[in-house]
Amino acid sequence: MKSRREFLKGAATGAVLLSSQSKLGLANVLDPREGKGKSRVVIARDPAVNGANGRPDEKRVLALLDRAMAAYTGQKNPVVAWKRIVAEGGGEGKVIGLKTNGLGGRGISTHAELVMAIAERLQQAGVKPGNILVWDRNARDLRACGLEINTDSAGVRCYGSDVAGFESERENWGTAHPQLSKILTRECAMVINLPILKDHSMAGVTFAMKNMYGVLQRPNELHGAGCNPGVADLNCCPTIRSKFRLTIGDALSSVYDGGPGFRPERLWYPNALLVSEDWVALDQTAWEMIEHKRAEVGMLTLEAAGRPPRYIATAADASHRLGTNDPKRIHKVEV
Amino acid sequence: MKGSRGWRWAVVAVAMAGLAAGVGCKKSQVDPFPATGAVTGWQKTDATRVYAAKDLWQYIDGDAEQYIKAGVVSTSTSEYKYDDKVEAVVDVHTMNGPEGARKILETGLTKDAKKVPLGDECVQYAQSVAFRKGPYLVRIVAYESTPETPQALMALARAVEAKL
Repeated sequence: MKSRREFLKGAATGAVLLSSQSKLGLANVLDPREGKGKSRVVIARDPAVNGANGRPDEKRVLALLDRAMAAYTGQKNPVVAWKRIVAEGGGEGKVIGLKTNGLGGRGISTHAELVMAIAERLQQAGVKPGNILVWDRNARDLRACGLEINTDSAGVRCYGSDVAGFESERENWGTAHPQLSKILTRECAMVINLPILKDHSMAGVTFAMKNMYGVLQRPNELHGAGCNPGVADLNCCPTIRSKFRLTIGDALSSVYDGGPGFRPERLWYPNALLVSEDWVALDQTAWEMIEHKRAEVGMLTLEAAGRPPRYIATAADASHRLGTNDPKRIHKVEV
Repeated sequence: MKGSRGWRWAVVAVAMAGLAAGVGCKKSQVDPFPATGAVTGWQKTDATRVYAAKDLWQYIDGDAEQYIKAGVVSTSTSEYKYDDKVEAVVDVHTMNGPEGARKILETGLTKDAKKVPLGDECVQYAQSVAFRKGPYLVRIVAYESTPETPQALMALARAVEAKL
């Protein structure tokens, strides 16, 4: 049996290897004079992306996505950019998953407009509709996003782990021993992470890394101590680390308190999409956004409220090496 | 023999007590969800779902722990629609006592909450109403904001409160 020290050493080595495998290296094409050696996080905003009814405008979401991906990849032609993402992610001719987050219910779930915009660009990049699989925990979560269930491979597929089931064997990393969704383990060659930015009553903030709680059978097993180190450990599980290649975070709307459920009285519209391959940098940026909003409305910081997202620093530490939470090593590109 | 007889009576007594408790439980169970048409304009659009405390994560994963810490026994939920304009969800949390309901309601309070006389305590926002009555904590959240939403939510909240 491995000692704790040996385990951590092995895990850390594995983490470095997996880290290099999980990067698409898309940000390399950007201007080398800017942000060299830093993790890039693109924040694309459109103040008019949400209509008067609070729903995002489909065309504006597609345009915002294109702007975000152009800034991230350096490719002005969105189809070329998406072809590169698919090729470098190992998704050519295979199933590409789009993992949404509908846990909070209608009103605070990944927007269908964003999902469909990505599905549209993937198809234009040559991905067959049936090779695009939009998924989450279950049908209720997907419907909360405004999506319809479809298991027919003639079109873009959309169903939950309640249909596909979970592996009986557990993966293991640190405190995480998940039984993963078969959609992740058996169907998808690569997955694009589509979380929605929210306050979280235990973890503090939920965005890129916390969205992985929707890929295992019993997420409640990892809720202890503010989900720390649960979130970081879970994201180190090899299948998750190797298949989740890119995060396009939905911050078209958000809740800055009272999450992860829908609290209309705490709803706010950052009108933004965030893109990165560094989940830690992305979550650090998300935390800053939530804190900025809370300060604006005169609320306590998450630290003062007793729920700072400590898992972010854990994810960046020497045993996890999932990315960086050091603001000096994060290059934010606002477009 | 006398001892054995006493033992049998003890078993019967325990069984009767259990039965009585069971009947008591059944009597105390309430259906707080108004049927379609019971409140003007409101339609109950799905079946009531009930989650025991241990399964609450399946419904409100991430939020469940704070309810469990406050002593939730079960949570019932159902969706509603008002005049085909507003959709809403009604959550009824049955706590193990009034203190748990009070704790949860207070945790969620913000400065802009409008106090409304209903149950033991009630607060209203533009798109939601939350109140407590005894061990029950009720939260009604609308997905659309229209001029009619606040009034319609209060009408539904009063109907739920009357059934508790």
